[in-house]
Amino acid sequence: MATTTMTFKSIKLQKVVGRTIALVLLSAGSILVLMPLIWMLSTSLKTKSTSTEFPPKWIPLDAKKVEVNGRDYFIYSIPVNGETRELALLYKAGPTGTFVNPDNPDERYELAVQSGQRVYTVKFHWENYPQAMTTVPFGKYVVNSLTYVGVTTLGMVLSCTVVAYGFARFRAKGLGILFLLLLSTIMLPPQVTLIPQFVLFKEFGWYDTLLPLLIPAFFANAWDVFLLRQYFMTVPLELDDAARIDGCGTFGILWHVILPQAIPALATVSIFHTLWAWNDFYYPLIYLQSKDKFTVSLGLQQFNSIYSRNLPGLMAASTVAMLPTVIIFFLAQQLFIQGVVISGIKG
Amino acid sequence: MATASIAPKRQKITLSRREALWGYILISPWIIGFIVFTAGPMVASAYFSLTEYDVINAPKFVGLGNWAWMFTQDPLFWHSLRVTLTYAVVALPFGLVLGLALALLLNANVPGLTVWRTLYYMPSVVSGVAVSVLWSYIFNPRFGIINWILSWFGIHGPGWLSSVDWALPALIIMGLWGVGGGMIIYLAGLQSIPTPLYEAATIDGANKWHQFWRITLPLITPVIFYNLVIGIIGSFQYFTQAFIMTDGGPANATLFYNLYLYKNTFRYSRLGFGSAMAWFLLFIVLVMTMLVFRSSAAWVYYEGELRRE
Repeated sequence: MATTTMTFKSIKLQKVVGRTIALVLLSAGSILVLMPLIWMLSTSLKTKSTSTEFPPKWIPLDAKKVEVNGRDYFIYSIPVNGETRELALLYKAGPTGTFVNPDNPDERYELAVQSGQRVYTVKFHWENYPQAMTTVPFGKYVVNSLTYVGVTTLGMVLSCTVVAYGFARFRAKGLGILFLLLLSTIMLPPQVTLIPQFVLFKEFGWYDTLLPLLIPAFFANAWDVFLLRQYFMTVPLELDDAARIDGCGTFGILWHVILPQAIPALATVSIFHTLWAWNDFYYPLIYLQSKDKFTVSLGLQQFNSIYSRNLPGLMAASTVAMLPTVIIFFLAQQLFIQGVVISGIKG
Repeated sequence: MATASIAPKRQKITLSRREALWGYILISPWIIGFIVFTAGPMVASAYFSLTEYDVINAPKFVGLGNWAWMFTQDPLFWHSLRVTLTYAVVALPFGLVLGLALALLLNANVPGLTVWRTLYYMPSVVSGVAVSVLWSYIFNPRFGIINWILSWFGIHGPGWLSSVDWALPALIIMGLWGVGGGMIIYLAGLQSIPTPLYEAATIDGANKWHQFWRITLPLITPVIFYNLVIGIIGSFQYFTQAFIMTDGGPANATLFYNLYLYKNTFRYSRLGFGSAMAWFLLFIVLVMTMLVFRSSAAWVYYEGELRRE
């Protein structure tokens, strides 16, 4: 008996130790994961000069300045006659500088600059955000991105639902082979069709419009059809029959029987598509040329290549570009996790 | 049944024909899309790959000229393939081990599972241009946080994206930031392993280490396999990060296959050559996937087999 309780105790101890180690490792890892995002936020609230300081400071700090006789001077915290005071540095001459009491400009001291330290105050430069949003027509980019996201999500859901319903519920010659064909296109690298598509859309006069990005969404895509079809198959066929007896037609069954059951699947494909379209860079890069047609991702790339000196503005714009995805993620976390798992394991 | 009896007799369309007709109608959006956006363009790009084409002038047939040039003359074709494969060969195993390790930690009954999961998965959600812009400054040798962290250990960090030797490793490190995507899938795999297996193993005296190698790892090989296939295909789609952060440089050190394809097609207006590269890409993806599938019989363990035993 004694030995069994011993082992129980040691097993318990082992579990506690294991869990503690796991927690420590997870915390350390999460700090690393979050660091880039925190750095981005913090940099977006700094000034141009403080944003490139090394070592970086996590909290945006400004060097404190004061106006003396109409000009700005840095404030130093410096010991004077055994007492530390905050004085403005007027000018340097070699290792010594002329310091002045900001409240009494006639009170001057000659002190070693090295013995003092600049005084910093916490200051969040929120104005970087409106500034970044107006240096480039960011509002227009957002409208274009929302159009891209909204229209293609709608088109994708409509077309994929109908096609998935066809594959899930109807028997016809060749439908099985067509489904295999559909599956095989999941593997197809988009580059194989990209160039002729580009030529085709150019022929249509669609180059430099949003149309090449929007229209294909209305013709279903293999991946979402596959996911929806798998989900529709789990809805019992008896429900279809019951609805048919109640006088439902083909679309009635889809609308009243299948769709209400498939809301989680529809939400999952919509959210993944929304995220994909918002983040998409490849297709906007290929099809859009004039600035007023740009999406957020394309506009941000442009911003990055033109205003690379304006790091806080760039980080503010990046934060704004990431914000919608982060918000959607937090609102629909459970769907995300499920979606990854469904498409990951069962796919 | 009800509709069948109500339907007028002279209407020749039987129930099954009606069903078939509806089936075709419902899938027609995809069929049209397949012909216009997939099958047609595939044929066209196969043809383009045999031509010299710059969009402005009509395609000029050159036979296998592009292909011969690609395999024997082009200075960067093999190089871009090597860059892509190097990335895949280094980044995928790292991502696999790290993602699995994280999933194992999360599966150890730690408090706050959902919070951790959210934290680690977040970087996968915010992919895109903003992330690439952000990381290009994180790697800044003068004020970036990577070199700052290295300086804690007394290491003077390299120039990263501006260094021929360190640009590709930088992109690999950045890729590991998104390891949470794989982690979620591994975690789901781990959670689907029946606990009685572990209980039985514990009774038999197997320690945690043995349990991991004998139970956990074999049972999640299908998930590892899935992530591997996705990862290989993904590295041949690698584009945005390289485009934004290095544009393939310095000295083509990060010229990924897909980026080189883009440059040929849209910057140098060599649509014929781009088409040949695209078709070769399809070929590589097929071969890679087949190799992984073939090898899977040797190391992927499916639950069905377990039941058969």
